Amino acid sequence: MAANSIAVSPTAILEEADHGQAAAPEILSGAAITCRSLEEEGVRTVFGYPGGAVIPLYDAIPSSSLHHVLVRFEQWAGLAADAYARATGEVGVCIATSGPGATNLVTALANAQLDSIPMVAITGQVGQALIGRDGFQEVDITGVSLPVTKHNYLVQRAEDIAPTIKEAFYLARSGRPGPVLVDIPKNVFISKVPYIYPSKTGRKSYQPTTKPNIRQVRLAAEEIRHSKKPLIMAGHGIILSGAGPEFQQFAERTGIPVIYTLLGLGSMSELHPQSLGMMGMHGHRHVNRALEECDLLINIGARFDDRATGRLSGFAPNARVVHVDIDPAEIGKNVKTHVPVVGDAREALTMLIEEVDFGDHKAWLDWIDGQRNRVLEAALEDRPEWPEPYAIIRGIAEATDNEAILTTDVGQHQMWAAQQFGFKYGDRWITSGGLGTMGYGLPSAIGAKMGRPDLEVWSIVGDGGFQMSFSELATAVQENLDINIAIINNGYLGMVRQWQDLFHNHNYSEVRISAPDFVQLAEAFGATGIRVTSDEDIMPAIQRARSIKGPVVIDFVVEPEANVYPIVPPGASNSEMMHDPQWSPDEEDV
Amino acid sequence: MEHAHTLVVLVEDQPGVLNRVVSLLRRRSFNIDSITVGHSEQPGMSRMTLVVRGEDADVEQAGKQLYKLLEVMKVTDLSEGEAITREIVMVKVAAKGQSRSEILQIAQVYNARVLDVTPSTLMIEATGDEAQIDSFLTMMRVFGIREMVRSGKIAMSRTSGTSRQGKADAPSNGVYAAAD
Repeated sequence: MAANSIAVSPTAILEEADHGQAAAPEILSGAAITCRSLEEEGVRTVFGYPGGAVIPLYDAIPSSSLHHVLVRFEQWAGLAADAYARATGEVGVCIATSGPGATNLVTALANAQLDSIPMVAITGQVGQALIGRDGFQEVDITGVSLPVTKHNYLVQRAEDIAPTIKEAFYLARSGRPGPVLVDIPKNVFISKVPYIYPSKTGRKSYQPTTKPNIRQVRLAAEEIRHSKKPLIMAGHGIILSGAGPEFQQFAERTGIPVIYTLLGLGSMSELHPQSLGMMGMHGHRHVNRALEECDLLINIGARFDDRATGRLSGFAPNARVVHVDIDPAEIGKNVKTHVPVVGDAREALTMLIEEVDFGDHKAWLDWIDGQRNRVLEAALEDRPEWPEPYAIIRGIAEATDNEAILTTDVGQHQMWAAQQFGFKYGDRWITSGGLGTMGYGLPSAIGAKMGRPDLEVWSIVGDGGFQMSFSELATAVQENLDINIAIINNGYLGMVRQWQDLFHNHNYSEVRISAPDFVQLAEAFGATGIRVTSDEDIMPAIQRARSIKGPVVIDFVVEPEANVYPIVPPGASNSEMMHDPQWSPDEEDV
Repeated sequence: MEHAHTLVVLVEDQPGVLNRVVSLLRRRSFNIDSITVGHSEQPGMSRMTLVVRGEDADVEQAGKQLYKLLEVMKVTDLSEGEAITREIVMVKVAAKGQSRSEILQIAQVYNARVLDVTPSTLMIEATGDEAQIDSFLTMMRVFGIREMVRSGKIAMSRTSGTSRQGKADAPSNGVYAAAD
């Protein structure tokens, strides 16, 4: 094994490029090269926190064009970069120092890895002379982050920084996107070398398939032609590949009803008549029933996560399966697939549109419509009757005409938001799906607002998750960000409480959680605090928050023990949903 | 059915590549029976031979996951009958008096070579497939094995092609490139 060279091929490309240069290249420090390389990749905003090993890098940041957002904890830098990527479609960038700075990024890397988010993390490392000697703030972060990154690098020479960053961005955004970590020792930041940004990158060993095999596309079209009750399962891949328009065209041309995974929400507008809503553990009743009934399931860009499928043996039991995915390893990983289509969702959809016939599935759509929870839907038509958490989520949706970016934390409020907001656009729904990272709500709102200052940004959080990351209010105030945070405050770690209630004999263990006075807390940070304790104050508070500059925290004090319904019990099939006794009086299987 | 699969993995010779391969198999819950690594016929490329146990579908999934590692060029599952496998073993056997000539006779049967001789031991090298090595060791145990080391399996496909094509040649319909 070669011991001391890293990123051999990109360096070779650099040296190749070197020959053609007429003028002598600039001599720059590794730190300056890092900043210049980020600029070359189009980076405008980075989220980070300084420390010993990255002091040389921070020395170079003020003279770059980069806007550095100083967070209060590295994990939130990583999650803000993750949300920035989701909101903009660009690669999110975060920076941390060696040791604890780098390990604090691990959760954010895992979050980006599980949700396929393009992200580049730059970490400082102790000087090369100290590596392997347990130096101060030394952690083997390439070793630690191995399972939670798409790839990572330990850069050994300042000459390798530019080609490594070039390759890191290429890897992060190409194929199935993901996080890439670049670890740079302190002395490499300091040493000065000629700077040339390579014009090309890539490796023979990394050739993601983006264009699907036409034979597979035709087989998929054939399946569609022969199906009577087809269903499209829309996943995050549609959003990641920017295939929204193609997807809508495909859905409209075939007339097939569309259901969504948690992260697929908004890949087509939920207000579209063919949109049926979310599937899975907290999916709508009619959606999970449609899954039971369908004879063809066309999964586009989803990975058949267990929260979406429920028990696999009972998942879509009558369906043949077409699976479009850019990652061949996802084909057949969880669900037996009859027609795999490996490629980018956008290219696959463009090809599929050419192969499929115009279709109409009115009878099938009517059948699904008949499975809706009419009692709840009728109540939702009439505002004064809105059940509490829905009133807040629907209130925000109504006030912003479903146009706002909505970020969430993790738990009950996240599922209520997923069920009831009604997303028009995939890149405006920002939530931690695969990892379920509590604390995500506020830093993701900061990341989203930094990326899309033109859009209104709301974050719905729980009182538990918000207490994990509310230090970021200081960041939001420092950046003077117009973000509105709606705390669904029930005084419990609600989702765990709900499981203890339903599946552990109501044995509430460590779920009662106290909180500071969120209004005073917001004011102490220099933000605005509003408290809402009655239903009639919900809409006025939402409108007031929209009119106030800077961060606003609304403390919505809600019913302490409301549960999210429907819920598929853990390990059960999607057909075994439990329903809300209040809103599903017609259910036999309550 | 769960059985041993021999995976031949062609990788770029980069720092940490062994760690990446082993770490991936560990986190996907595979037991590695043996692993050998060495240079291949191509400069800058190494070839690993991994023996893992598992259901066919699980091993296929492992192969697909291996392909996702940046350094991995090619994964081939050499199922039994299509490949020649070899292993090398070195044993130090107690060999005094009359047993010494008996050991030498047996070694001849297995085409094994004597590497070193002391007044009380013989060091012997044997090469063969797993069954031959096992059988040789059974014979040696009769005399008393003082020390033993096995190399782990290496394997090569019987077909005329090499297992060196890149990922770009892998079938694009997502079907894992099994031995072809």
